[in-house]
Amino acid sequence: MKQALRIAAQFALYVPLMVLIGYFSSAPSFSPVGANEALLRLSFIHAAQRKAPCRERSAEELAKLAPNMRAALDCPRERAPLLVELELDGKVVLRREVQPAGLKGDGNATVYHRLPVPAGKHRVVVRLRDRPGEGFNYAREETIELAPGRVLLIDFVAAQGGFLFRG
Amino acid sequence: MLRHLGALGFLLFWLLAASGIYLYIRFDTSVAGAYNSIGELEWWFGGVLRSMHRYAADAFVIVVLAHLVRELLAGRFRGFRAFSWISGVPLLWLMYASGIVGYWLVWDTRAQFSALATAEWFYGAGLGVEPMARNFLGAEQISDRLFSLFVFLHIGLPLALLAGMWVHVQRLGQPATVMPRRLALGALGLLLALALALPVASQARWDPGAVPATVSVDWFMLFLHPLMYATSPALLWALVLGSTLLLAALPWLARKAPLPAAVVNLENCNGCGRCIADCPYEALVRRPDRRALVLADRCAACGICAGACPSATPFRRVTELVSGIDLPDFTVHDLRRQLQAALHTDPDRVVFRCEHAATPTAGGEIGLRCLAMLPPSFVEYALRRGARRVQAVGCPEGACKWRLGMDLCAERFAGTREPHLRANVRAEKMDDAYTFALR
Repeated sequence: MKQALRIAAQFALYVPLMVLIGYFSSAPSFSPVGANEALLRLSFIHAAQRKAPCRERSAEELAKLAPNMRAALDCPRERAPLLVELELDGKVVLRREVQPAGLKGDGNATVYHRLPVPAGKHRVVVRLRDRPGEGFNYAREETIELAPGRVLLIDFVAAQGGFLFRG
Repeated sequence: MLRHLGALGFLLFWLLAASGIYLYIRFDTSVAGAYNSIGELEWWFGGVLRSMHRYAADAFVIVVLAHLVRELLAGRFRGFRAFSWISGVPLLWLMYASGIVGYWLVWDTRAQFSALATAEWFYGAGLGVEPMARNFLGAEQISDRLFSLFVFLHIGLPLALLAGMWVHVQRLGQPATVMPRRLALGALGLLLALALALPVASQARWDPGAVPATVSVDWFMLFLHPLMYATSPALLWALVLGSTLLLAALPWLARKAPLPAAVVNLENCNGCGRCIADCPYEALVRRPDRRALVLADRCAACGICAGACPSATPFRRVTELVSGIDLPDFTVHDLRRQLQAALHTDPDRVVFRCEHAATPTAGGEIGLRCLAMLPPSFVEYALRRGARRVQAVGCPEGACKWRLGMDLCAERFAGTREPHLRANVRAEKMDDAYTFALR
């Protein structure tokens, strides 16, 4: 009798546990974006220009250096921070200054931004400054049509002329 | 089942490993083939194994968290248990990491959601590292080598988890890593029934150009992703790291003064090693001369070692009974004195009762820190000195405060473990109490 009760108690504990696992293993569902929304992703890796330009060493300076260290140019390592700006339908939705990676600030700067937007037609402007000084030296402006659930990826490849829109 | 949560965790791990090996054999580690290779599993074997693999992972999470809560509520995280507690904390990370990476292998929209959410979370740590999400953003970034990495992680992380589980039980004598057969079969049978009743299915294939409108989330394993989108990556980091640090610091935050550790009396220790074999917390080791050495920081002061010592016999004709190993605040000599007083007061009924038994120690009864602290020779001593009825009451079955006390008593009283009850004494067990009489 006691054994039967024990088995029944085990069963009474196991079965609701299995029901719990069966249900919460796949429900309720989650919506990463709204029903009528699309997603805009701005993501790129870029090494900005150096903060100061390279300088040619004089003959005296070169003579003071060890023979194996006599590089003609003296280039400071530190790079300028990136300034990135994203404008959607005339409104700036992102303006971020990104520092270069590395202890000396001489590495790539990375940008990643995720922005759910209502599906439909949008005017997207994206700008970038990757040098010291004011203003932007890269920009792209596009009118895009985004269906619900679609993703627009904005990448930046300097060798390909700047911003790339992939949708 | 609640008493076997740790062992159930091990059982689920082995089930995950066994089912995972078959799934790995059938899995195509390529961008083009991964999704289809899972969809092509025959429903009656591969499909059932896949469902069991998934449900066992969810059950593993529940069991591990229940194990954690149970130990926490019972206060079993401080002092000599701190090592087991702290070594369990990183296992939580490994458990979730193993499970989350497993979801990515399926290469459906749930995998896409989870991989990107994880990548965004890591980027949100603000360490200035390259965003991992870039690996998943477009078809041109995704290569077959990514699957090699996923597989490496989904095998490597569980192996690290297993190594961590091994470390986790290192301070336990005779760790219970194997479930009783009936419970194990019951658990496996119900997981199989669940796999047959609710077979697991993939979602739509991963599409880098789309974001899924709804994702069927496994809330046991992937709850961190919706939580991050409902709050922020930074808050989730704060929550996860804060919880980890809190759990790891708990043994110090809730520290209690420990009981005095057991002490070895070298003159009375013959190096038999019974105390070492019986210690539930691996707190005893051998000296080079084979005699026992107590590692004080591991000692629970349960007294089980004193109950195992052959020198702890009340028949010894010495005024001051000194055992080979003893508790400084509750010696075997104290126990003999209490027994002699009880025999003098009421020889009709001598009761030894564990302090943690279901019923508290009454007046005239002899309280013990653990029933296994009682050397069996004390029972015979009481009967020979005129006690008409001797009882020994311990913890309820499976709920021993010091893990092994009742199991050790059962073996000692049955004569299968040293020091055992002599053949001239009969022991009868009723629930959690033994009654003894001379034959």
